[in-house]
Amino acid sequence: MQPLLDHLWIIPLLPLLGSAVSGLFGKTWPNKIVNGVALGSTGLSFAFALEAVREFFVGGQQPFRKEFFDWIIAGNFRAGFDLQLDQLTVVMLLVVTGVGFLIHIYSTGYMAHEGGYYRFFSYLNLFMFFMLILVLAANFVLLFVGWEGVGLCSYLLIGFYFLRKSASDAGKKAFIVNRIGDFGFMLGMFLLFRTFHTLDFSVVFKQVAELQPEAMGQFGTLTVAALLLFVGATGKSAQIPLYVWLPDAMEGPTPVSALIHAATMVTAGVYVVARSHILYTHAPTAMYVVAIVGCATAFFAATIGLVQSDIKKVLAYSTVSQLGYMFLGCGVGAFSAGIFHLMTHAFFKALLFLSAGSVIHAMGGEQDMWHMGGLSKKIKVTFWCMLFGTIAIAGFPPFAAFFSKDAILFSAYNYDYNGKVLYGVGLFAAIMTSFYMFRLVWLTFFGEQRCDEHHVHVHESPKNMTVPLMILAVLSLVGGWVAAPALWGGKDYFAEFLSPVFGAAETAGEGSASLEHALSLVAVVAAAAGLLVAWRMYSAKVKRGPSTGFHKILYNKYYVDELYQAVVVGPLTWLSRNVLWKIVDVGVIDAAVNGIATGTTAVGDTVRHTQSGNTRSYAVWVLVGALVVIAIIFWPILHPALFGVVR
Amino acid sequence: MSASLVIFFLLAALAVMAAISLIAQRHPIHSALSLIVVMVALAGLYLLMGAEFVAAVQIIVYGGAIMVLFIFVIMLLNAEAEERTNFSKLATYAGIPLALAIAGFIAAAIARSSGSLPAAEPSGALTSTKTLSMLLFSDFVYPFELTSFLILVAILGAIVLAQREN
Amino acid sequence: MVPTNYYLILSAVLFGLGIVAFVFKRNIITIFMAIELMLNAVNLAFVAFSQSWQKPDGEVFVLFVIVVAAAEAAVGLGIIILTARNRRSLNVERVDLLKL
Repeated sequence: MQPLLDHLWIIPLLPLLGSAVSGLFGKTWPNKIVNGVALGSTGLSFAFALEAVREFFVGGQQPFRKEFFDWIIAGNFRAGFDLQLDQLTVVMLLVVTGVGFLIHIYSTGYMAHEGGYYRFFSYLNLFMFFMLILVLAANFVLLFVGWEGVGLCSYLLIGFYFLRKSASDAGKKAFIVNRIGDFGFMLGMFLLFRTFHTLDFSVVFKQVAELQPEAMGQFGTLTVAALLLFVGATGKSAQIPLYVWLPDAMEGPTPVSALIHAATMVTAGVYVVARSHILYTHAPTAMYVVAIVGCATAFFAATIGLVQSDIKKVLAYSTVSQLGYMFLGCGVGAFSAGIFHLMTHAFFKALLFLSAGSVIHAMGGEQDMWHMGGLSKKIKVTFWCMLFGTIAIAGFPPFAAFFSKDAILFSAYNYDYNGKVLYGVGLFAAIMTSFYMFRLVWLTFFGEQRCDEHHVHVHESPKNMTVPLMILAVLSLVGGWVAAPALWGGKDYFAEFLSPVFGAAETAGEGSASLEHALSLVAVVAAAAGLLVAWRMYSAKVKRGPSTGFHKILYNKYYVDELYQAVVVGPLTWLSRNVLWKIVDVGVIDAAVNGIATGTTAVGDTVRHTQSGNTRSYAVWVLVGALVVIAIIFWPILHPALFGVVR
Repeated sequence: MSASLVIFFLLAALAVMAAISLIAQRHPIHSALSLIVVMVALAGLYLLMGAEFVAAVQIIVYGGAIMVLFIFVIMLLNAEAEERTNFSKLATYAGIPLALAIAGFIAAAIARSSGSLPAAEPSGALTSTKTLSMLLFSDFVYPFELTSFLILVAILGAIVLAQREN
Repeated sequence: MVPTNYYLILSAVLFGLGIVAFVFKRNIITIFMAIELMLNAVNLAFVAFSQSWQKPDGEVFVLFVIVVAAAEAAVGLGIIILTARNRRSLNVERVDLLKL
């Protein structure tokens, strides 16, 4: 008896309906009704997701898969609207619908005075639809539909304030950079299709499992396919080299940053890698690349975050950095640790973003931390929530990220190929994470008040914003406890829950317990070190100095955007303008079309001369016709005659 | 060289010369008279072949009625010698080659193909008036009736066309 | 005996001369006479074949051709009279109102 699982499509369908209704009819509705539609659809979706999970447990945690209708049938290839539910999907589903629902509630308060209210919720619901399709899909094609769809919604939402050029530019940048990643993803899909002739997860992974794993350093089919899929993941999940869109994406409203660029869309890349773990474990070269890229990104982004002055930019680079940790976890084989960090990150990063949004709301739109300060007494709830999130991200126990980050770093330490180096870099990135997050807290909430009281009326946010904050704060505290018991010899419930999915690929939890305890202690010390340095530098009166030397390089994000502009964007634009436009479009295509018109006119001009009005020439034309007819009739007799005459 | 061949060549030459005269003459009345000569020559050729009825009809209808009509019209319109206008370059340059081509094709076709045609001899009873009229009213009665209708229409048309505007 | 070919070639020659007249003469009435010449040439061919194959059908058809030529001449000359009155000239090149 699985009524909901049999109708699993209702979970993504509800937000789609909400999106359509708000989008088509919401223009004239008051905010309350748009709220009802948006919150209703998302809330119902969350409720149904809970019910689906309940049925899953009741059914003995059997992986569920159902084909709802045939979408593409071409020869032997079939890609259907197939949805599946297994333990990994349960985690993703609950995170997406749960955190999504909380952020929807928050948005009703944050966006209350913005224009285009109905449009915002329409896009947000549309995003939920696509994200749910992505996590529920049972084949690569349907997953790709969700993949592209979330990219689209990201573009729509980043460019929500489209009248601002920087916002629409940021939206375009996000979409285009994503597309580059998607190209790699598609090539990966093509390669998989060519090798296995299907794109269903169950069939492909079963076939991969039967193959021999490829050797390290060997670039066989599986490795290339895995690397191509990872290219897509770097685009969607903002890793090196395609991370450049995420900081710009902060142009969008803060709830968008929280939902899409912290909790859900950017985690799609991690999800794909985790879902295809069989593929990656059979391609150790690809896994190594994933681990290196993740580790490097974690470090790189953390360095940039050290000096940023915009509160949302700090959080953006922090997101890039934490995503790097997730990929590091997957790359060293600790897939469940990576997913665990995904879940805890969703909680505390959403919390941090929403709190930042609350601060910005309180400050009337100000985002520069150097104009804040001394707010801890004025906006108490926001302050405590932000503090909870910061302690969580820094990795202090018993908050959530301590357990997840610790699991990742421990697995990295035990990794066969330069694991200790990866561990070291990851640890240093953790120190920096703690530092810049506490720097954020001190600059924003402590010290002297650098804002002008007369212009800015600092006020606490309304209930519909603070309540979700508090819920997320609680989750940031307790979310990691499902894996906690492993620390004192109990069971890691989370990894055990996911073990039917990851099975033999799982390497988290290996190694001696004492080593694990030692490393966790080192992690706590690292977090404390970051905290202390930030306290020394920012707690008291601070002055903002000029930006010089290395500080300047970091502040300008290592000039990567400028590099891309010069090397990629500039030449492409030149090519488009001078070759494709001037030569191909104007010179060839337009000329061809105009040429046809001109040619027709020319032909007409020539043929016109037969209409001379002169009867004698008409008589000649009649006779020419008669000649043709005679020749045709007499041809069998004539042609030997003609040639005889010529010879 | 039998007698019929000699007569044939004489009549043929006459017809061709009269046709050339039709082209060469400037005044239409001279062309009309040349055409009459052509028709008489052709009537002679029909007689040579043994088609007396057709020869008689040719002279009576063509020569006696149609050509008279032509001459009356020439008189009515006070036709003069032709103006020497030449507005059509196409006709000037394409005319003779065209005529040569058409005539040549037909002649070549005839020459190549009709080696086995039996000679055209007078055969008496076969083409006598009686045979022709029997055929006309049995196998060809439908076209015959239609042509009578056609003549009626032509008469009406001619009358309507020639009326003066009142 | 005159071979049938000779009559046919004569017919072709007369037809060709008719075409020359048709193209080169400028007087409307003369052009009409050229048409009559061409019809006569065709009649000659009909009769020649009829006598050759010993079938009277060709000569019956000649009668029809003559009848049609008569009707055509009547109507055509009526039109010529009207046109000549309108354009005040018998030169076919003066009738050029269809010029673009």
